[in-house]
Amino acid sequence: MAFLELKGLTKRFGEIAAVENFDLSVERGEFVSLLGPSGCGKTTTLQMIAGFETPSAGSITLEGRDLLAIKARSRGIGIVFQSYALFPHMTVAQNVEFGLEMRKIAAPERRQRVAEALALVHLEALADRYPRAMSGGQRQRVALARALVIRPEILLLDEPLSNLDAKLREEMQLELRGIQQRMGVTTILVTHDQTEAMALSDRVAVMHRGRLVQVARPLEAYEHPRSDFVSSFLGKTNRLEGKVVERAGERAGDLCRVAVGETVFAAPAPPPEIGKDARPRVIVSVRPEKVEFRAAGAGLVDGTVAARIFLGDHWLYQIETPLGVLLVTRQNVGPAEVETGGSVGLAWDAAQVRLLPFEETA
Amino acid sequence: MAPAAAVDREARRRAWWLCAPALALFLALMVVPLVMTFVLSFHSFGFYTGIEPTFGLHNYLDVLGDSYFHEIFARTFGIALVTTLLCAAIGTPEAYILYRMRSRWRSALLLVVIGPLLISVVVRTLGWAILMGNRGVINTALMNLELIDRPIKMMYTPGGIVIALVHVMVPFMVIAVWAALHRQDPATEQAAESLGAGPLTIFFRVVLPQAMPGVLSGSLIVFSLSASAFATPAILGGRRVKVVSTTVYDEFLNTLNWPLGAAIAILLLVAVLLVMVSYNRVVERRFSQVFG
Amino acid sequence: MTRNGPFALLFNALFVLFMAAPLVVVIGVSLTPEGFLEFPPSGISLRWFRAILDNPDFIEAGWTSLYLGVAAASLSTALAVPAALAIGRRRFPGRDLLLATFMSPLTVPTIVLGIAFLRFLSQIGLSGTFLGLTLCHAVIITPFILRLVLASVTGLDRTVEKAAESLGASDFTVFRRITLPMIMPGVVGGWVLAFITSFDELTVTVFIVNPSTTTLPVRLFNHITQTTDPLVASISTVVILFTVGLMFVIERLYGLDRLLVGGEAR
Ligand SMILES: Nc1ncnc2c1ncn2[C@@H]1O[C@H](COP(=O)(O)OP(=O)(O)OP(=O)(O)O)[C@@H](O)[C@H]1O
Ligand SMILES: [Mg+2]
Repeated sequence: MAFLELKGLTKRFGEIAAVENFDLSVERGEFVSLLGPSGCGKTTTLQMIAGFETPSAGSITLEGRDLLAIKARSRGIGIVFQSYALFPHMTVAQNVEFGLEMRKIAAPERRQRVAEALALVHLEALADRYPRAMSGGQRQRVALARALVIRPEILLLDEPLSNLDAKLREEMQLELRGIQQRMGVTTILVTHDQTEAMALSDRVAVMHRGRLVQVARPLEAYEHPRSDFVSSFLGKTNRLEGKVVERAGERAGDLCRVAVGETVFAAPAPPPEIGKDARPRVIVSVRPEKVEFRAAGAGLVDGTVAARIFLGDHWLYQIETPLGVLLVTRQNVGPAEVETGGSVGLAWDAAQVRLLPFEETA
Repeated sequence: MAPAAAVDREARRRAWWLCAPALALFLALMVVPLVMTFVLSFHSFGFYTGIEPTFGLHNYLDVLGDSYFHEIFARTFGIALVTTLLCAAIGTPEAYILYRMRSRWRSALLLVVIGPLLISVVVRTLGWAILMGNRGVINTALMNLELIDRPIKMMYTPGGIVIALVHVMVPFMVIAVWAALHRQDPATEQAAESLGAGPLTIFFRVVLPQAMPGVLSGSLIVFSLSASAFATPAILGGRRVKVVSTTVYDEFLNTLNWPLGAAIAILLLVAVLLVMVSYNRVVERRFSQVFG
Repeated sequence: MTRNGPFALLFNALFVLFMAAPLVVVIGVSLTPEGFLEFPPSGISLRWFRAILDNPDFIEAGWTSLYLGVAAASLSTALAVPAALAIGRRRFPGRDLLLATFMSPLTVPTIVLGIAFLRFLSQIGLSGTFLGLTLCHAVIITPFILRLVLASVTGLDRTVEKAAESLGASDFTVFRRITLPMIMPGVVGGWVLAFITSFDELTVTVFIVNPSTTTLPVRLFNHITQTTDPLVASISTVVILFTVGLMFVIERLYGLDRLLVGGEAR
């Protein structure tokens, strides 16, 4: 049995369902990210786990015990809020100590554990400061120390890094991951930043309009998205509307042929979600880094370079083709391969094409 | 586990419990006394019999049919109206000047300008009585300068009451406008300046329209407080310049005709409430599109 | 911030003069060595401040006002804080009505409240008692406290309380250790404002005191309507100094502008 189990979890606010029929199992020590666009119900899910929202239906169990029967204050869950929610009238040390006081832990042990927790987040020197006089990154660490010091069964993080600037965010990501692994604490992170989710977690759970649409390891979710939504939400992709024109044989690895407009190319056999129609409409997805340049006329499709954007470690090209504007990214390993205005051919390996069930709009 | 609806019901019940002590005080000491006063205003009064629990409109008819009371009500609302206009005329620019000041000066001046609000009205009115008497500070100074040869009569005149009331009430206007100014985007002034507007144009075309809700709400406060002010007209007007509140006071503590006093007070309450409600209506209609 | 022009500064100076004049005059007059009102005083003497000591009824009225202010402000605070917590952070049926009721002493003319309290207290036999005065003052000053506490309650970040709860704090602990300290500036500011309002109150009080419970403003008022002499000026000066002292305390603790403007502007 899984460590933490959410089953059929649903929360309605009046008519609208903020979370609907949400199933998720989390193993002990695992780091899972809830990922999705704004308003998709991530915070609501987290609040139900924490005990601040009462589900309209469904169950939450921790090692088989019913969590919903337990009040928020007795669940033993550590939370880091997006706003940090530090106690403004207490010093850093007092903030961290608070949870230990609530557990009636003796003063000497409290002091020791506070010191350990502050050392963990490198804030020993600021123990007597008030939160007002601290930077965003420092407050964030205090909030983390305060949640961790109680040795929580589960650590919940609601967009903990979104108030930090990009550089600090990256540093904190590494630190967060390191601390989580050292402590071995089961962690659920809420974020709408897909790179953050992929960088930190063992598995990502992608949510869309209150529903869970895919749970998978980051690489798996990126490489094998199960829907148009997941494919567009996780990273950039070239999304084309097409049609299967020639179905493949039954053996694994067999290729089929798809047509996008006039262009026809090979793709892996359509997954079962696409159905049994002879010539089903599909969404064709090709990641920009999987597209290669060829000489004009030598690829699957020809185009002209409309724009070329330098992004430091890589280049981003916009290529106008009969299929529409395609994005291509290239590692910055030397001078740019093609110039703006030039014509190029584009090609990709059939195995890198993804066919997804057709939806009107992503 | 408790279903969500039960949690809601529990929260609602708790909210009511938290308000219950205060509500009990208000029921016992606001609602009941006001109802009793309302009932009292229908009773009658005789010099030898005292208050008799009859039930009739005679007190109201007495007040509404007597030119003596008409004059008192007219004077009361006249004084309140002039006080309000003067407060708006001087309080609005003052609030703007304070708003534009450097913050160190501003705190000090704010203390001087709105601090008097906290000082007893009796004390402040005493100051005006000393200033405005026939041999008071102002008249003595003017006569010493030989600008006048007979003292200007200010005590026991509506004008004197207005001056002192403006002093008592203008901090409310400054506060209301001040709050409105702080809600506006300071960049609008800079935008106007970049477009070539001078300071007066900026004030009248950009600042004042945005501060208008503050001026209007301040006016309402000043008007209703002035219409029911007691200490200032009692000290500066005495028996000679009576207003509604001093009349009520006399009926209750000198003539002892409580039912008549109650009727006058109820009429004041109704008049003030009517002014407030209709004013709010008009203001809301005028401003709802802009400031919604 | 932009500078004010010379015209604006002149206007400001006149305004300040207007606001300060009656207070300066009262203080000036109180320093006279003569037996009548004169300004500017011909000399400086504390004669009329010594005279206060010979008027025990004024001193007694001063103590009554002080006790009354403390009692009424404390009672009103004890009632207003829980009400503000409920009104400030929950939507429930009847909420707006409750708020309107608690704020109504600001709308109903004080003279009307005065006679209503007189009628009520004399019917139940509490007229002229300290208890009656305390209850009536508590009603009048509740809106002032409620407004300030409401401002701090609505400004409160509720996730902070959730954080405390998730760390194992009970409802009462959350209130005592987290909520109350965070709204404390509003509570203290409200208490002081309410105290001053009660201490200065005349219009209602004049109806419900008797000679043994007369407050300082009522005593002063009765004296001034008979005669104005340097004695009332010296007593008024003491009142002014006392209030100014409180104002400095507020300015330190809470900010006078925040207190008077109602927590929103700064
Ligand atoms: N208390 C509430 N009452 C009514 N609707 C609510 C309430 N809380 C959340 N919602 C709605 O539920 C949906 C999900 O909200 P939630 O806060 O869980 O989103 P989220 O995924 O955390 O979004 P974000 O990334 O913006 O934080 C939203 O449409 C929101 O408007
Ligand atoms: Mg959220």
